[in-house]
Amino acid sequence: MNCELAETTIHGYFDGELDAVRSAEFERHLENCARCQAVLEGLESLRTQIQQSDLYERASPDLREKVRKQIAQETRKVVVSAGPSWKRWFLLPTFGTLAAAAALITIMLFVAPPHTQSTLTAELIDAHVRSLQPGHLFDVQSTDQHTVRPWFDGRLDFIPPVADFAAQGFPLVGGRLDVIDGHNVAALVYGRRKHFINVFIWPNREKEKAPDSSGSRAGYNWVAGQSGGMQICLVSDAALSDLRELKSLIHQ
Amino acid sequence: MLDPQDKIRFEQLVLPHLNSAANLARWLLRNRADSDDVVQEATLRAYRFFENFHGGDARAWLLQIVRNTCYTWLQKNRPAELMTEFDEEVHQKPSANPETLAAQKDERQRLMVALDSLSPRFREVLVLRELEGCSYKEIGEITGIPIGTVMSTLSRARERLRQTLTEVAGAAKGV
Repeated sequence: MNCELAETTIHGYFDGELDAVRSAEFERHLENCARCQAVLEGLESLRTQIQQSDLYERASPDLREKVRKQIAQETRKVVVSAGPSWKRWFLLPTFGTLAAAAALITIMLFVAPPHTQSTLTAELIDAHVRSLQPGHLFDVQSTDQHTVRPWFDGRLDFIPPVADFAAQGFPLVGGRLDVIDGHNVAALVYGRRKHFINVFIWPNREKEKAPDSSGSRAGYNWVAGQSGGMQICLVSDAALSDLRELKSLIHQ
Repeated sequence: MLDPQDKIRFEQLVLPHLNSAANLARWLLRNRADSDDVVQEATLRAYRFFENFHGGDARAWLLQIVRNTCYTWLQKNRPAELMTEFDEEVHQKPSANPETLAAQKDERQRLMVALDSLSPRFREVLVLRELEGCSYKEIGEITGIPIGTVMSTLSRARERLRQTLTEVAGAAKGV
């Protein structure tokens, strides 16, 4: 091992993150390298300094109290409404009556898709709405697929399919990272006339192939399906037929 | 699905990590008032998404949500700070008025100033590793940095911190 390689490896060694083989290899290098020995000492004294400085910021009693209250409140709301994924849409302050909730439950019995799907859908629509707030739509704004694709490099542990479909009426406008179901996902943004379409992409985690699905909720349309080992979900206020068309373009 | 039973589970599994949440948010946002608001928002989000938590590392799960909420907040309120993301070498110069310089003679103050002047990407890996004691795997999970690059990110972050500390100490001596 040379010093150049050791420069990074030394951190893994210092943090106890090397496997036995690499650790032994590094130690052999360390034995004969005064420079790396000095670096290691420097790392140790920096850590000591940080630990002695008491920099850890604990939650104040005030914050604890607020969080607890907030959760108690949220629980009450959930009990009154029908489920967590619905309340974000329907539980407006003026709408919190039991009668309305009962009506909602009745409607849901007929229209609600299976529960996990409905939670995911709500989360996707949430993400779509969030993305439309000023400054939230892109992390990288470009109509060039060769700019957008490399941007995801190193930010995700998979490579999303990125292509521009301007010729077919769906210009690529940009991309960003988002979080769905606790996982980082790629979000591509396409234009469709005056609408934006969010395309969420992440690797399939389910072994079984789920059938394509689509639907509408709270004024937004969504289409979901799988393609090339990826789960792809489109959300927009554009027409369902537009979403299906874009999805089949991506599918190719 | 979130019924009183889930509330109890949430309180048992997730809320014990509120200190970790407060710590990460404080260091990402660099002040207490903003970070308290964001922690509140993040725990509420966590609670709403709790049914998506299928066991495992509750601290990493919560910190991931806290981190994302922090970045969303920064994007909205202090987008300039995130510009450094694209060039991690660019960083703010530690502020240099006499009052802060005098304070920086104190070692703890110097460290705080130096850490606060790093880019958020560097700051978060340092805070997670040195203050929170996270493994590389957990750091990857929380920040979304591929596990293979956690070590090199930490390496660059520590080097940057070391340089900044030297600058801060030099500036403090000059008073």
